[in-house]
This record gives sequence, structure tokens and C-alpha cells, in this order.
Amino acid sequence: MAQQLTAKEPTAAQIAEQAIYKQMGVTDKEYELICGFLGRQPNYTEIGVFSVMWSEHCAYKNSKNVLRRFPTDGPRVLMGPGEGAGIVDIGDNQAVVFKIESHNHPSAVEPYQGAATGVGGIIRDIFSMGARPVALLNSLRFGKLESERVRYLFEHVVSGIAGYGNCIGIPTVAGEVMFDESYEGNPLVNAMCVGLIDHDKIQRGVAEGVGNPVFYVGPATGRDGIHGATFASEELTEESEAKRTAVQVGDPFMEKLVMEACLELINSGIVLGIQDMGAAGLTCSSAEMASKAGNGLELYLDQVPQRESGMTPYEMMLSESQERMLFVVKPEHEAQATEIFERWGVICVKVGKVTDDGRLRLFHHGEEVADMPVKALVDECPIYDKPSEEPVYYRDHAAVDTAAYPEVANLTGALEQILASPTVASKEWVYNQYDYMVRTSTAVRPGSDAAVVTIRGTRKALAMTTDCNGRYVYLDPEVGGRIAVAEAARNIVCSGAEPLAITDNLNFGSPEKPGVFWQIEKSVDGMAEACRVLDTPVIGGNVSLYNENARGAIYPTPVVGMVGLVHDTDHITTQAFQAAGDVIVLAGETKAELGGSELQYVVHGVSEGRPPALDLMTEKRLLGGVLSAIQQGLVASAHDLSEGGLAVALAESAMSGGIGATVDVASELRPDIALFSESQSRILLSARPEQADELIAHLQAQGVPCAAIGAVGGGEVNIRVNGNPAIEAPVQHLEKVWKDAIPCLMKK
Amino acid sequence: MKFAVLVFPGSNCDIDCYNAVEDTVAQPVDYVWHTATDLSAYDCIIVPGGFSYGDYLRSGAIARFAPVMSEVRKAAEAGKYVLGICNGFQILTEAGLLPGALMRNTNMKFRCHSSLLEVVNNRTPFTNQYEAGEVIDIPIAHGEGNYYCDDTTLRRLQDNDQIVFRYAEGSNPNGSVADIAGIRNEQGNVVGMMPHPERAVSSVLGSADGARMFASILNAWREQHGAAVNS
Repeated sequence: MAQQLTAKEPTAAQIAEQAIYKQMGVTDKEYELICGFLGRQPNYTEIGVFSVMWSEHCAYKNSKNVLRRFPTDGPRVLMGPGEGAGIVDIGDNQAVVFKIESHNHPSAVEPYQGAATGVGGIIRDIFSMGARPVALLNSLRFGKLESERVRYLFEHVVSGIAGYGNCIGIPTVAGEVMFDESYEGNPLVNAMCVGLIDHDKIQRGVAEGVGNPVFYVGPATGRDGIHGATFASEELTEESEAKRTAVQVGDPFMEKLVMEACLELINSGIVLGIQDMGAAGLTCSSAEMASKAGNGLELYLDQVPQRESGMTPYEMMLSESQERMLFVVKPEHEAQATEIFERWGVICVKVGKVTDDGRLRLFHHGEEVADMPVKALVDECPIYDKPSEEPVYYRDHAAVDTAAYPEVANLTGALEQILASPTVASKEWVYNQYDYMVRTSTAVRPGSDAAVVTIRGTRKALAMTTDCNGRYVYLDPEVGGRIAVAEAARNIVCSGAEPLAITDNLNFGSPEKPGVFWQIEKSVDGMAEACRVLDTPVIGGNVSLYNENARGAIYPTPVVGMVGLVHDTDHITTQAFQAAGDVIVLAGETKAELGGSELQYVVHGVSEGRPPALDLMTEKRLLGGVLSAIQQGLVASAHDLSEGGLAVALAESAMSGGIGATVDVASELRPDIALFSESQSRILLSARPEQADELIAHLQAQGVPCAAIGAVGGGEVNIRVNGNPAIEAPVQHLEKVWKDAIPCLMKK
Repeated sequence: MKFAVLVFPGSNCDIDCYNAVEDTVAQPVDYVWHTATDLSAYDCIIVPGGFSYGDYLRSGAIARFAPVMSEVRKAAEAGKYVLGICNGFQILTEAGLLPGALMRNTNMKFRCHSSLLEVVNNRTPFTNQYEAGEVIDIPIAHGEGNYYCDDTTLRRLQDNDQIVFRYAEGSNPNGSVADIAGIRNEQGNVVGMMPHPERAVSSVLGSADGARMFASILNAWREQHGAAVNS
């Protein structure tokens, strides 16, 4: 065992004496465990490898027990959490593969590359399963756009996403962006990718067959992104800026070549196992592939293509250089495999072989430089149950009466203010920078409830969305978690699709804080319950903790990415009003619920109280009623009521359709509450006049309360409450307010 | 009639062009690799959009040196139809098959959205199924679509009826000289355009106006080869 490779690296004894492992995020107790597994003190390479494998990012050590509460199985689930991405059956031997992942910390210090490599990483997760990526989505959170730093982060995160997705040629079809002080300094950048695969092409990341060669694919390894996984598992501080080298640099052109070559390799049928090098690079991919097969692996590091000279085993193992993959084939298929990569101009070299000793052994300059049990690396990281405590703020908010604000007199003004608030305002400035049409399958473009992507050669299509209102989750994590899932399902149903499953990205503050850990537990409980009732299991996801800055934790933001199946493209529905004379129907009940609402935040300047309630059986009836109505051809447009309530939903359906609406809402509530309450389980529908009665009867028969409230037509949004004028504004004017808001703020 | 869709490393609209040919005119179509050295089997060569060679150095600047490009030149000289879309247009200007150059959009951002085009010249093999002056809906998706040429070239383009498409009045998305969205060569058999007709071939995708471009090509070829010919 070569203990010392370069003069710079500390010896095993120095690591122990000076507790150098602590700088890598390893605790004293964990260090002792590692010594136990090795039967000796780890050298520098070994402690580095353990530290990334045992980081929150790779081992979920603080969240694993909570994640077990999610339902992960269902009749359609072909692969649940644990592999690169989850897979759901959509019939005809086809399946949909999807996953969401965060790149929050890298994006906070280097927004363009942070966001770009987040996109690159999630795409690799999808094609490493053997699937053809067909769509990208993203869920973003920033501080307020009045801040110059926030504008800088927003601008460059969006260009980073565009730069990667546009070049590789996968359409970015949907997403959401919200702005709130709580994300200042710690933006959230969650990227999701959706792919299509035939059942018989599904791949797994396993190092099968003792003696088989292990191949490295992709560009040479550099010193970028070393310790990225550890960096992602700690709080951002002033020193984070100095860790900019922990951020990787992306090359979408290279990834395009790697993707095409890998898909060709997979289609050739000779791959035994394939996995991308994501977080913790070569370390994680090799250890996980060996672990899943119950085998060991030897790596010959001199063979690893290197971008810089004098790289140490430590650096090679921990580098997070992008666009790299690892795969295993039988020896007799070596030539066939390398020929494919040669034709695509992609490096492909043999770097190791599968062994039967259950150990990950590294060789460099003819010497063994590390020898670790695979099982210890992958499975033996201690799992922590952090202390959890209901925070004081939660109790305090119970006392807030959200119906007690002074009545808003100028309701047209309030609607304009909310339409101009960046969270509600048109995101055209964002999505026009994304190529959302490449692959010519985008049937519903960004800007409606969910995007819809057709499946060539079939009448099927996929609907997809991301959702989470962090304000609701903060005010009541359990209810907020339920709402995140329910709202995603509502978006999917409004587009004419049946919800299939979700992937989740749990963005939270530091789990060391009992109040934050309580938020994690409660919101997972709420999401899990909603997933069970709505039959949308969790097939994979990501956890991003330690999202904090000097001012404290971000709003708890468990983002839900949901995919649904449109059974026939004739069912595809958008939020846009279609034709003059169509009857507008409001499904669901409106209550006095302003806690965490956009009205409260924008007009009253606070976010307080309890969020809207959500009854899952009510939601289930609504979703079932509306989806069957759409499938029977009774619905012209459908739009989920969310931020800004009924008034905003009416304005959005009018603006999207380029046509006005006249409605009269019968309500016992104060007009401002009736129009801006954010009560859940509501959908705004429109129907052709001759079908309106049938639609209402259909919904009522399924136990969905609903009423005709007006008609589509004219050039104005004209809303009355109990016959009294409340809001009157030309559609064009509202559209200008709504579309100009973000470009205007960005010009500051 | 037989179509070729070129594939450079980094092309990403190749599949869309291939599908568009199948879906609109149902003629034989092949992907042709950037290293190919014989295009004699093809009647129309489509240079698709994307980011050939990563757009490194300059859009289209490396692709022009690909082995297949000398064959494209030969095909153009032989009067075969050559259609460059988006990055394909950039490649054709870099290769000197069309005049001018494509610069960064004036707002410095990638832009993707529907766009309205005026058909300026409907007497080309690519536009004979449109009315002159007709406004059609064909989407754009580019960061470098700002067409530039000097005044002399512009006058020549105008005098020779080489401007095929213009962005509809008041909707120039990228700063192009004279609102130019697409041009042809002097002979008329080579057209380059920034908008994507292959993305507008079905109402499910939002517009079917691009389908008539593929129909135009087939129509022109049949007229050239006698109406009886059909392969």
C-alpha cells in the first residue's frame, strides 16, 4: 500500500492527528467507523472517497428515514427510486423515464455553469437508463428582482439552462419561477428531464460479470468540481465564493455526442451496465455499479484520460468533470463498443475490470493506492434521525386572522398589481430564451398549466409540470406538501392527462436545526399522503439540504415534478379561452383563505397565517370529474386556480385566448376575498354553449360543486360579484401589465 | 424524388427534418453523415439546424470544412435543391453558397417563438405553393439570426429577387438587414432561412404552414422531371 503519493498530501497519521477529515465533512464518529471498515487508518485518497460517498448528497444520511415514508410502488411503476431515474409504464411496450435534480449551491456562486451543468447532469441520468430524452423542465426560486445580485443570478441561470438545453437539442417545455426574499443569496435551480424508452431497452447501472472490462466514456478528467457533492452538503457562507472551483464547467456539444453514442451502444444490445458520472464522479459511479452487482471493481487510474498533468488519485476520483459515463461489456464486445464511440469522436477507454472480492481497488503508477470495501462505501454510511421540533413561528401563525385585512377597494388595481408581481407575471422573458420546439413534439408550449409533448407514431402524449408554493409549505409544511402534489395533479388534469407519478426535489435549510427537520418531516408526510390518495407514487428524486444564508433557511420548498399520460391527442386542453359565447364554469368551492396568498403578499405586504386547506378526497373527485369531462369532449379550456385565485385565473385564460370574459360571481364572501382567495381544489373551465349543461351535470354527478359564472367574449375582463362591478379592464391592457413586468425589472 | 438530411456532430434538427419530409411529401429520405463523399443519389439536400461542432469558433465556421460540404457545393452547381435551415443557413453562408452572414441577435439573447413571415418570392422551387405576399406562421429558434450584408449585396439581392422571406412588418426579431428571414442564390436552387419550416408541419404543433415548403420542393422536382415521374 503506497501511503504517500505527493509531498503535498497528508499521511494517514496526519489525517488522524490533525482531524483533516473534518474539512471534508466527516465527523469524528464517522472517521472511527471508516477506520473500522478498513482495519486501519484511511489514506488521503480513501478518506476523500469515503467523504463524498458519505455526504448527504450521495448517501441521504439525514433524509433517508424520512424518504421511506413516500409510496414508491404502483401497478405502472417499472423502476422506483435507486437507479438513475424512475420509470413508469405507458402501454404499448413504451415507458416514460423522469427525474428532477438540484444544482442550487453551484448556481449561487457561478450561475451560468451551475445551472448549465445541472441540466447536463439530469439529461445523463435519463439517457443512462437507455431512454431518449424528450423534454426538459426547470423549477427556479430567486430573491426579489429589485436586488442587482438577484437580477445577475436570474439572468445567468436562465442563460445557463438555455445554453445547455438548446445546444443539445432537447426542448425546455415547462417550468416555474418564483421570487421571494427567502431565496436571496440561495437561489434554487432544479432541473427535470423526461425520456421515452421501450421496456426491453431499460438499462441498469450494474457492474456485471467478474472479469468484464470497465470503460470510461467522455472528455478527459480535470480538476474541476472536486468535492462538489460535499460542497452541496453544507451551508453557503462568505467562503463559498472561494469554493468556486467546486463548480463544474459544462460542454453541451460534447454531451450531445456522448448521448448519441451511448444510445447507439445501448441499442446495439451489448451493454451489461451503464451509469453516468454525476456527483462524486468516478468514485460514486464505480462504487455504485459494483455494489448493485454485489461485485468489486479495480480501476487503473493511469488509463483515465486526464486534462491536466500531475493529477493525483484523489483528484481523479473526486473530480466532477462533466459529460462522463462508465459502462461494462463482455470482453468479446469491446471492439464493437469502441468503434461506436470512435465514429462519434468520443473518447472511450478501458479503465478497469469487475472483480469478485467486493472491494474498490485503485491502482496508480503500478501501485495500489486505495482498497476499500464497496459495501461500506455505498451501504454503511450512518443514517441519522435528527431532532425535530415544531418551530415557534408555526404556533404564532395559528392566531392570525387572514380575513381581517382592510377590504381592498380598487380590485382592478389589485389585479394589475398581482399580474405585475414577478411570481405571477408572464415568464415569456424566460422561456423565449429556451428552444421549446426542437424535436417537433411540443403540442402545448410553456405558459399553460402543463406542457404536452406528443409521442410520434401514437395518439398518446405526455403532460408534465413542476410545482411548489414555498410560502404555503412554510406556513404549514404538511398542508403545503399536500398542495404541491395536488396542484401538480390539477395542472396535469387541466391539460387533458391522467397523472402517473412524481419525482421530487426536497429543497430545505440545514437539517441540524430541529425546526427545519420538522419542516422536512411534515412536508414529506403531506406529500406522501397526497401521493397515496391521488395514485401518483414517487419514482425518484433528489434532496438538497443546507439551503441557508446569513439570514437563515430558505422557505421549505419540496418541488414536485409530475408526468401524466394523455390517452389521445384529441384530449389535449389548454387554459386559453376558445370562442365567444363559451360558458365559463367554476368547479370547486371558494372559501375565505388568504394565508400565504399573492394578495396578502403583494397588496398587504405580509405572508402569514395558515395556508388554504386541502381535502384530498375533494381533490380526487375534482380531478376525476374534470378529466372524464375533458375525455368526453365537454371542455373547451381548463385552468387550475392557484396564485392570485379566481381573478388571476380569469385574466390568464383571457390573455392566453386573446379574448375577454364577462362573469358574475355569487358569493357570501367579501368581493376581494371572493376574487383573490386561494382556496384549493378549484378549476376554471369553459365549454361550448350547447355543452355547458352537460358539463355541469357531469361534474355534479361526480360530487363536484360547480356553477356557470359567465361567458367568454369581448375585449374586456369584466367581473362582478353578486351583480356589483368589481374588475373591469381591457384584455390588452392586462396583457401589457403582465408581459412587461419582468422585462421592465430586468432593465434596471 | 430522394431527400438527404445532413448530420454534423451537433446537428439537432436532423430528425425533425427527416420526419417532416416523411410526413409532408412521403418521399424517400436518408440521414447523410458529415463524412460522406457522394451525394449523387439525392435530389434535395437539407442542411438542418442545431449547433454543428458546438457553434465553437463561430456558427457554421467549422462545418463548412466537413468532407460532405464539397459534395453539397457540387450538388448546388449541378442545380439540385439545397435547403439550409437555421444553423444550416449559417453553414451555407460560411461555405459561400449564399451571400452575407448571420450575427448575434440584437438583444444578445436566444429567441424561440412563433414568427410571421411574408413570402416575398414564390417563384422558387421552395415556395411555389405559397401566394406572393402571403403571411405564414413559421417559428424561429436562434441566437445568431441577425442577417447582415453590405449595401451592394443587398441591392443585388433585391434586384435579383433573391429575398425569399421577410419577417412581417414590425416583427423583426433579431435585427436582420431589410427584415430578411430567408434568401436564395442567383440560380434559385439554394435557399437559406432562419425560421424552421420543419417545425410547422402539423396543426398539433401550432402551425402547418411549413408543410407547403416541402410540397413546393416535390412539385418543382416533378415539373423539372416531367409530371409522370414519381419515385
